[in-house]
Amino acid sequence: MLLTATLSPTVSVAADAKATHAEPPKIDVSHVNFYYGAHRVLHDISLQIQPNQVTAFIGPSGCGKSTFLRSLNRMNDIVPGARVEGRVLVDGADIYAPSVDVVALRRKVGMVFQKSNPFPKSIFENVAYGLRINRMTGSKDELRGRVEASLKSAALWDEVKDRLHASALALSGGQQQRLCIARALAIEPEILLMDEPASALDPIATQRIEELIYQLKSRYTIVIVTHNMQQAARVSDTTAFFWLGKLVEYGRTDRIFTAPTEKLTEDYVTGRFG
Amino acid sequence: MLRRKLVSSLFVGFCGAAVILALIPLAMILFFVVSQGIRALNVDFFTHMPTPVGEPGGGMANSIVGTLILTALGSLMAIPIGVLSGVYMSEYAGTRFASAIRFAADTLNGVPSIVIGVFTYGIAVLPFKQFSALAGGIALGIMMIPIIARTTEELLLLVPGTMREGALALGATRARAVFTVVLPAAAPGIVTGIVLALARIAGETAPLLFTSFNNRFFSTNVTQPISSLTVQVFTYAISPYEDWHRQAWAGALVLVGIVFVCSLLARFATRKMSGFTRS
Ligand SMILES: Nc1ncnc2c1ncn2[C@@H]1O[C@H](COP(=O)(O)OP(=O)(O)OP(=O)(O)O)[C@@H](O)[C@H]1O
Ligand SMILES: [Mg+2]
Repeated sequence: MLLTATLSPTVSVAADAKATHAEPPKIDVSHVNFYYGAHRVLHDISLQIQPNQVTAFIGPSGCGKSTFLRSLNRMNDIVPGARVEGRVLVDGADIYAPSVDVVALRRKVGMVFQKSNPFPKSIFENVAYGLRINRMTGSKDELRGRVEASLKSAALWDEVKDRLHASALALSGGQQQRLCIARALAIEPEILLMDEPASALDPIATQRIEELIYQLKSRYTIVIVTHNMQQAARVSDTTAFFWLGKLVEYGRTDRIFTAPTEKLTEDYVTGRFG
Repeated sequence: MLRRKLVSSLFVGFCGAAVILALIPLAMILFFVVSQGIRALNVDFFTHMPTPVGEPGGGMANSIVGTLILTALGSLMAIPIGVLSGVYMSEYAGTRFASAIRFAADTLNGVPSIVIGVFTYGIAVLPFKQFSALAGGIALGIMMIPIIARTTEELLLLVPGTMREGALALGATRARAVFTVVLPAAAPGIVTGIVLALARIAGETAPLLFTSFNNRFFSTNVTQPISSLTVQVFTYAISPYEDWHRQAWAGALVLVGIVFVCSLLARFATRKMSGFTRS
């Protein structure tokens, strides 16, 4: 009912994405509007994200990718004046229902932020933090094992194994970014939201993160925001293209990159965007 | 061009002169206290009790220990209350109640210390008909609370919001995020604030005159009157005896020393903090 003419392709594409997967969607978003105070940032977003898939969000700066991502684990709750309309279901349950335990939701829907934000604690304590507060490990050895495994997954272990108790703030920007990935992985969420996780990484570290995403796919549902078209094409199964707060096109990645139905999408993915 | 240079150097000259004027009193105080105090300062001063009038020597062991006990009592009371009110003010920054607390803290900070002494006399001395170290600690604590609360608040507000988001995203509750991430991130600065508050109250006399009073004997009993460096210096300084005047100068020197050490500690903690905010 709220759908406008410009958004109708989205619906058909979402349908095509859905048709290829028999499972119920992991995340089901319908008619989401988002406001910072009076400023409307998202316009009637509807999409479904399938389990064990990698979904890429692409679009020009300021189009609302981070805002949308943050509305999937209610990180926007703490932004004063922020308001969400519409419905977001995770595993079929409305995450904005009054009875929802936000803490449990965020454990299930982990997040790596656009700006890396290590705690001013040691490298070890950064990764152990989530495990500690959620009481997820019984013994000290188990804790150490989980920290090590998470750092290895995030391709950081070799660089920090000799200085686990040094301050995380002394790490380089790219290392901090991988530390934040390790921190999010440690508590093994079901869904992992990654906001430009490779923006400060060199090609080698980027490749390792992409390999990691590929491996994690079997266990997690991953949503990744990226400005790197090649990266989106390489790692994702489905791609959503946002533009000025609207979802322009959503569908299988290969199709979005080779045969987009929208002119805007085509211009953007081919770099002809002005 | 020339004019601009001239104005500029004139301005720098004025600033330099102002700095020198500001430093003169400090230099003179230090000079007098050190040169006068050093005459009576020796090991005995720290280990011996005061001697009766006319008998030379003796020390202020009881007053030194008393000052330490009083500041410890004050801190014991003021650190938890001050830090927690600071947390409240920063967490509920926009609310009217938080503004009310902030206003109250600033007002309390401006209340003359003698008034705080009289007030504490009313609530902690009169009911028990007894001067006590505890009452002195309460008076000093009341003076420390607003300093600690405001420092804590300001430092917590400086901690980037992304830090808190990181904790929340890992499944921390708001309280948990505050106490395990935000507060520790600001801790070195808060410690600095606490140490500066200590330095400030260690030199207070007025709030102690009606509360902990003074004690000629060595006492560590918090329910009894207790001696303190400031009250002892005051007593000796207004006495007519030459010996006591010398002792008073020495006591003043020890006080200045304590404040100096506190400031050094504060500097040290601040340096640690700046190491932490690197990003
Ligand atoms: N906390 C906030 N308060 C007010 N407006 C905000 C806030 N955060 C983001 N915005 C606005 O919302 C819009 C979408 O921002 P968002 O961060 O979601 O964009 P983005 O697509 O992630 O951009 P980028 O690629 O640059 O990260 C922008 O116009 C931005 O100015
Ligand atoms: Mg963004």
